[in-house]
Amino acid sequence: MERPVILDCRGVWKLYGQNPREFLTRHNGAPSDQDLADNRIIGAVRDASVKIRKGEIFVIMGLSGSGKSTLVRCLSRLVEPTAGEIRFEGSDLLSMSDEELIHVRRKKMGMVFQHFALLPHLTVLQNAAFPLDVQGVDRRTREEKARQMIEIVGLTGREDYYPRQLSGGQQQRVGIARSLVADPDLWFLDEPFSALDPLIRREMQDEFLRLQSMLHKTIVFITHDFEEAIRLADRIAVMKDGRIEQTATPEELVLRPATPYVEEFTRHIPRAKVMKLRSVMSPGVPEASYAGELAGSLTVDAAIEQIDGAAHPFKVVDEEGTAIGTIDARAAIDVMIGRISA
Amino acid sequence: MSEGLVTQVKPATVPGGLLTASRVFWIGLFAVTWVLSTWSFALYKALDARWIIRFPKAYELPLEGWISDAINWLVDDLSFGLFTFRDVTRFISALIEAPYDFVRDLLIDGLMLGQGQQAVEILAPLSWIAIIAIMVGLALYARDRTLALLVGGCFSYLAVFGQWESAMITLSSVLIAVPLGVAGGLALGIAAYRSHKFESMLRPVLDLMQTVPVFAYLVPILVLFGFGPVAALIATVIYAMPPMVRISTVALQTVPEEVIEAGHMVGCRPRQLMWKVLIPSAMPMLMVGVNQVIMLTLNMVIIASMIGAGGLGYDVLAALRRLDIGGGIEAGLAIVVMAIALDRLSQAFSVSQVRAHPDPKLLFYRRYPRFSTVAAIVVATTLAGMFVPAIQEYPEKFTITTGTFWNSAMEWINVNFFDAIEAVKTLLFNVLLLPVKRFFAGIPWAWGIVAVALAAGRVGGWRLGTMAGVMTAFIAASGLWREAMTTIYLCSVSVLIASLLGIPLGIWAGQSARANSVIGVLIDTLQTLPSFVYLIPVVMLFRVGDFSAIVAVVLYALAPAVRFAAHGIRSIDGELIEAGKVSGCTERQILWRIKLPLAAPSLLLGLNQTIMLAISMLVITALVGTRDLGQEVYIALTKANTGQGIVAGLAVAFIAIISDRVVTALARSSQEKLGLK
Ligand SMILES: Nc1ncnc2c1ncn2[C@@H]1O[C@H](COP(=O)(O)OP(=O)(O)O)[C@@H](O)[C@H]1O
Ligand SMILES: [Mg+2]
Repeated sequence: MERPVILDCRGVWKLYGQNPREFLTRHNGAPSDQDLADNRIIGAVRDASVKIRKGEIFVIMGLSGSGKSTLVRCLSRLVEPTAGEIRFEGSDLLSMSDEELIHVRRKKMGMVFQHFALLPHLTVLQNAAFPLDVQGVDRRTREEKARQMIEIVGLTGREDYYPRQLSGGQQQRVGIARSLVADPDLWFLDEPFSALDPLIRREMQDEFLRLQSMLHKTIVFITHDFEEAIRLADRIAVMKDGRIEQTATPEELVLRPATPYVEEFTRHIPRAKVMKLRSVMSPGVPEASYAGELAGSLTVDAAIEQIDGAAHPFKVVDEEGTAIGTIDARAAIDVMIGRISA
Repeated sequence: MSEGLVTQVKPATVPGGLLTASRVFWIGLFAVTWVLSTWSFALYKALDARWIIRFPKAYELPLEGWISDAINWLVDDLSFGLFTFRDVTRFISALIEAPYDFVRDLLIDGLMLGQGQQAVEILAPLSWIAIIAIMVGLALYARDRTLALLVGGCFSYLAVFGQWESAMITLSSVLIAVPLGVAGGLALGIAAYRSHKFESMLRPVLDLMQTVPVFAYLVPILVLFGFGPVAALIATVIYAMPPMVRISTVALQTVPEEVIEAGHMVGCRPRQLMWKVLIPSAMPMLMVGVNQVIMLTLNMVIIASMIGAGGLGYDVLAALRRLDIGGGIEAGLAIVVMAIALDRLSQAFSVSQVRAHPDPKLLFYRRYPRFSTVAAIVVATTLAGMFVPAIQEYPEKFTITTGTFWNSAMEWINVNFFDAIEAVKTLLFNVLLLPVKRFFAGIPWAWGIVAVALAAGRVGGWRLGTMAGVMTAFIAASGLWREAMTTIYLCSVSVLIASLLGIPLGIWAGQSARANSVIGVLIDTLQTLPSFVYLIPVVMLFRVGDFSAIVAVVLYALAPAVRFAAHGIRSIDGELIEAGKVSGCTERQILWRIKLPLAAPSLLLGLNQTIMLAISMLVITALVGTRDLGQEVYIALTKANTGQGIVAGLAVAFIAIISDRVVTALARSSQEKLGLK
C-alpha cells in the first residue's frame, strides 16, 4: 500500500551567515538556538527530514519566515544546503554535476512561484513554451505542446497576450502551464496562490485539485495558510523557525498534535473539515436500507449535506469500492458540532 | 528595524539648545578659515613666509613630467617584440575607422571605388528624403504619429536651414560610437554582475572616468591617436560608456530572484540564463542606459570637435572663435534639434510596447507596411537622385539662413539692454562673486587641507576625512592650489544660484500638476542639450569671463536641483500632509514644517547632482576664459601636454569625488534621521 519514495531528504540544514559549514561542524552538526544567535547565524532550515511519496500532495506549512521557501529550494537545489542528504529517485541530488542537474530540471521537475516569475517580454504562449525552447525543441512542437497546456489551465484565447495584460490569477495559470509543459514528475509550488485575492484563491485551489486528478504528479506544495493546507494535502509538514514540528495527515495533525505549537495552530480548525468518513464511520455493514455510497476519503464537511438530507444512512466504501462501514446523520452531526465520543 | 529606531531617537533626545557640539564645530571651522583667509596675505608679509600662500616650488610633485615621459615612452619606445605600441594604436584606429568611413559614405560622401583623383562613385549617399523617411519610420514604429511628426520636423529643419552636411557628420559619429558604447558597457556590466570582485575593482575606475573632466582625457587620446575623427570617437566612447556599465549592472541585479530561479528550474544553461532570461527581463532599464549613451555621445561628439570630429560641434566652435553670432546660434540650434529628436526617439524605444503579431499568411508588404514603405522610398530616391539633383541633395537655393536675423537680434539686445545687463553684472559681481572669490583665494593651502579633512571627517568618519585630506594635499602639491580655489569659487557660486532658482521651481512643480507640466518640459529640454550649446547665447550676451561661465554653468546644472526637489515633495506620504492639515497647519506651515524637512534627503541628492554637473560644465567654460583648473586642462589640450592635462584633470576629479562623498554622506545621515533607510 505504501507508495515509493521519490524524494528523500534527511537532516538538511541551511544556515546563512559567516562560514556556516565550519560553524556547523564546530557544534557537532547540532547547534542550539543560543549558538546560532551568538554567532549571528540565521538558521533558515534546521535538520529537516521529509520523504515525499509518488503521487501524493505533500504540503509544507508554516508562518512567514519559517523556512518553507528555503527548504523547497534545497529540495530543487536552487539553494545549496549547508548539510544533509537529499536523494531524488534514488540518486544523490547534492552530488550531481551541473549537467546532470540541468537534465533533471529539464525533464523531471517543474516549479511554480509565488509572484509568478513570468518573462515580461514573452507572450502567454511563448512563456508556456519556454522550458521546451530552452531544451531546443523545435517551434512547431513546442507551441503545440504549450497550446495544450494553455487549454488545460483554461487560458485558450489569450495565447498572444503579454503577462502584464493578465490578472494575477491568469498569470499564475500561465506559471502553472509553464511548469507542466515539459511533463515533470515532481512538481514544486511555492505559495502559488498567496498573492491572489481570497475568492480567486479558492477557485485556483479547485482548479489545482482538478489538474492533479488528471495528471497524478508528485507534489510539494508550500503555503502559510492552514485552511489551504488541509484542503489540498495528503500529508502536511508543519515548520517553525526552520524546524519541522510534525509531519502527518491533516486528520492526525488535528487529532493528535505532536507539539504545543501545532496544537495552537490546529485548535481553531473545525474537525469536520479534516475528519474523513473512514475514521468516523461505524465499521461493518449490516443488512439494512441505505441511501447510497460515499467514499471513505471524503471529509465529513464535504459529505454532510448529502448525509443529513437522506432518510437512511450511507455505506462508506474504500478505494476499491468495497463497503467497509456505514455513517448516519447523527454521527456526522456529532462531528460537525464537536460532540465527539472518541 | 528596531535598531534604526534607536539610533533615530538618540540625536533628538540630546538636549541641544542653540550651541550643540555640531554647531560649535561648523561655526568654529568657518571662523578660523575666514580669519586665515582674510589675513593670510598680511601674515605672509609680517612673517616673510611666502610658503603660507604659495606651495613651495621645490616640493612640488614632478608628476606632470613623469606622465608626459611615460606617454612619450609608450608612443616612441614600447615594443612587444613583433609589434610596437604604436602598431596597437594604429590597429585600433583602423578598426574604428573602417565602419566610420562606411557610415559616412552612406550618409554624405557616397561609396567610392579607387583612390584620390581616379575614384569613381559607385553608390551615391542616401538622399536627404530617404534619411528623413527612415527616421519617421523609426518614430512610427517606436511610438506614434506625434513622435513621427516631431522627428520628421527636426530632420527637415536640418535640411531646410542648411545644416544637413554637418549634421550628418555628427550623426555618423553617433552611429558608430553608440553601438560601441552600448556593447562595451553591456559587456563590462555583465562581467561586473557576474563577479563581485570585478565590480569592486571597476567601481573606482568608473568613478574616476565620470569625474575626470572630458578635456583631460582628450589629451592622451590626442597624443596616442593623433588629431582626427578616430581620436574623437575613442574619446566619445570612453566618455559615454560608464553610465551604461552601471545601468547594466543594476538592471541585471534588479531582475527578480524568482525569475532567475524560474530560469534555473526550466534547466537553462548559464548562457541561456543570461540571454533568454536576464537580459530580456532587464531590457526596459537597459534601454534607459542606451538613451544615456546616445545623449552623452552627442554631447561628447560636439566637444570632441576640438580634436577633429568635425560636424556641428566644429561649426559652433569655429563660429565662437570668429565671434560669428549668427553662425554659432544656427549650428547650436541644429544641435538642439538633433538632440531632441534622438532623445525622444531612443526614449520611445525604451518603453516596451505590445505589438500585434502579423498574420504570416499575408504578403510581406502587407505584414510590414511601414518597413516596406520606407524601403521603397529609400530605393526610389536613390535611383531618382541620380537624375534629379534636388532629390539627392537639398537644393541650396531653398535653404533658409537665419544668421543675419540672429546677428541683428543680438545687436538689438546689445544696443537696448547693454546698460541693464552691465548693471546686473556689476551688482552680482560686487555682492557675490568678488567676496566669495576673495574668501577662497585667500585660504592658505596648509589650512585648506586641514579644513577639508576635518569637515569630511566630521560628516563621513575618519576614513573619508583621510581620503579628502590626501586628495586636497595632492592638489596643493601639484602647484594647482590657486586654480583649484578658482574652480571651487566658480562652482560654489553657480551651485548656490542654481539651488536658489531650482529648488523653489522644483517645490512648485512638486505641488502643482500644472506647474509641473510646464517646468517639466523646460527641464527636459535643458537636460537634453549638449553642454556646449549653453556657451553660445551666454557668450553672445555677456562676452567672456567668470560671469558668462557662471550663467552657463547655472543653466546646465539647474535640472537636477528642480528634479530632485519635485521628486522629494511628491514622494511624501499623503497621510502626513493630511495629518498636518487636521492639526490645523496653514499651507505655509505644511511646506516648512512637514514637506521640506521630509524632502531634505532628496534635496541633498539633488545638490550632489547639481555639483557634479557644475564641475563638468565648468571645465568646458574654459573656452570662455575662466582661470581655473579647466583652463589648465584646456591649455594642456591645445599644447598636447599630456602630463599637465592629466594632473589638472585629476585635481578636478578629486574635487568632484570629495564633494560627492561628503554630500552623499550627509544625505544618508539625513535619511537615517528620518528613518527612511
Ligand atoms: N539569502 C538569504 N540570506 C540570509 N537570510 C535568508 C536568506 N534567504 C532566507 N533567509 C532567512 O531565512 C529565513 C527563512 O526564509 P524563507 O525560507 O524565505 O521563509 P518562508 O518562505 O517560510 O517565508 C528567514 O528568516 C529569512 O530571513
Ligand atoms: Mg516564502
